[in-house]
Amino acid sequence: MTRNVEALVIGAGPGGMEAALALKSSGIESILVIERENAPGGILMQCIHNGFGLHHFKEELTGPEYAERCLEAVKKTDIEVLVNTCALDIIDNGDTKKVIALSEENGMMDIEARVIILAMGCRERNRGNIAIPGSRPAGIMTAGLAQKMSNIYGYLPGKEIVILGSGDIGLIMARRLTWEGARVRAVIEAQPCPGGLNRNIVQCLNDFDIPLYLSHTITNIEGKNRIKKVYVSPIDAEFNPLAKGSFTLECDCLLLSIGLIPENELSLKAGIIMDPVTKGALVNADLMTSVNGVFACGNVLHVHDLVDYVSEESKYCGTRAAMYVKGELKKGREIPVKAGNMVRYLLPRKVRPGEQMLLSLRCIVPMVNASLVIKTDKDVIYTKKYRKIFPSEMQRLPVENIPGDAEYLEVFFDNKKPVAGV
Amino acid sequence: MKKDLICITCPLGCQLEVDYDKSKIIGVTGNTCPRGGAYAEKEIFHPERVVTTTVKISGADPSLLPVKTSGSVPKGLTSKIIEEAFKLEVKAPVRVGDVIIKNVLSTGVDLVATRNL
Repeated sequence: MTRNVEALVIGAGPGGMEAALALKSSGIESILVIERENAPGGILMQCIHNGFGLHHFKEELTGPEYAERCLEAVKKTDIEVLVNTCALDIIDNGDTKKVIALSEENGMMDIEARVIILAMGCRERNRGNIAIPGSRPAGIMTAGLAQKMSNIYGYLPGKEIVILGSGDIGLIMARRLTWEGARVRAVIEAQPCPGGLNRNIVQCLNDFDIPLYLSHTITNIEGKNRIKKVYVSPIDAEFNPLAKGSFTLECDCLLLSIGLIPENELSLKAGIIMDPVTKGALVNADLMTSVNGVFACGNVLHVHDLVDYVSEESKYCGTRAAMYVKGELKKGREIPVKAGNMVRYLLPRKVRPGEQMLLSLRCIVPMVNASLVIKTDKDVIYTKKYRKIFPSEMQRLPVENIPGDAEYLEVFFDNKKPVAGV
Repeated sequence: MKKDLICITCPLGCQLEVDYDKSKIIGVTGNTCPRGGAYAEKEIFHPERVVTTTVKISGADPSLLPVKTSGSVPKGLTSKIIEEAFKLEVKAPVRVGDVIIKNVLSTGVDLVATRNL
């Protein structure tokens, strides 16, 4: 089966749907969205908790409600969404791209498109990524898998739970599993500060007196068929486990909430150049990747903590992709944006002088009274003060008027010292 | 009395220092907007939470319907509301916002569906 469209969006989560809507409202006629799962909505469908949408919809929604709103907007248009369809390859033919996709209903599909938006989202890091020693019994899984089991299929993944990593999904699952009758024995975090948002520490751990062990890790897993016990050790500043202060916790389930990685196998096969820090594509100010006509937005570009920002970024991406199709994208000189002191990553990495940009960034460690500075080779063009800033909170800053004669931009924090354990 | 709280009204998570006595808030510092003061008062004297859980649904795939309380409920009632939801089974079709339990446990708020199934 062969299809020919102006724009193809890969992934029908909140990012893909918003990008498709933006393409439509920018005047693109034929838009196809392909989705690997059996329904649109992405990971939001299993995030049944509230806390989504405060920026984007100006009210607090649950994950499914947020997704249903996006989907309803899509249904009002003639945007086509094909579910159960998995993209296998992107082939760059210059002015057009070809995507090879597979589905039970349509078999092998060749989809030709003028422009492609990558919106595949991210996946969870697993036990193999951090190489936890010990046996390999049942009952060890990522927090997101446990979330799917409990919220979509209705299974309790265990009764005595230990959670490694204090990412948001792990915290949310601590509450969910406690509410559903399990006992969450502890959350173990290697870093000196929590990985998740403050409100989740408060509502998901503190509300239930679940202990959070910062600067600790799991050094061994015991259990033959089912996991029985984990060994927990404090770690020093170099992340070496310490014997002193080690203890064990009996459990029948270990959840891993140890970070997310953009899902970029498809992008890599297409020869797109990646950013080694974000693990997403390197993009310019239009969110276009190193392959002309292929754009990226949402968690496949860099992992967001708020879906609201995914929507905002994807809307912008869709608008820019539409301009690309219509030949309206400005070409002009591009200058690099450099990440300086205490900036873990920033995006985009290239901007055009004389224009504005929306900068996304994360700091490396928690800081108090930090000033963010953006300067060109000549002048400081932007400063912002933070009373407190955490790596877990991505910052989004609109920067107006990049001077026309700038050679580069440098973004850094002008602060004294990082503060541990803030 | 003094208490440290993290304001959870928005994702910023301001660290509040709250000074209060038996019946009222004397002062709040650390908030970056007025919502922080209101949060502190509520969290100390009447803590409330929104409850989200699932109920069984027949005639739909998947067979779990996500639900939430349409407003926040007293923190002490959250487990009881989840027990109420656990007892239920509803029939598809259901739309976002459909009331699943009206005035749940006399809290004045409803348990409503959060997905179309």
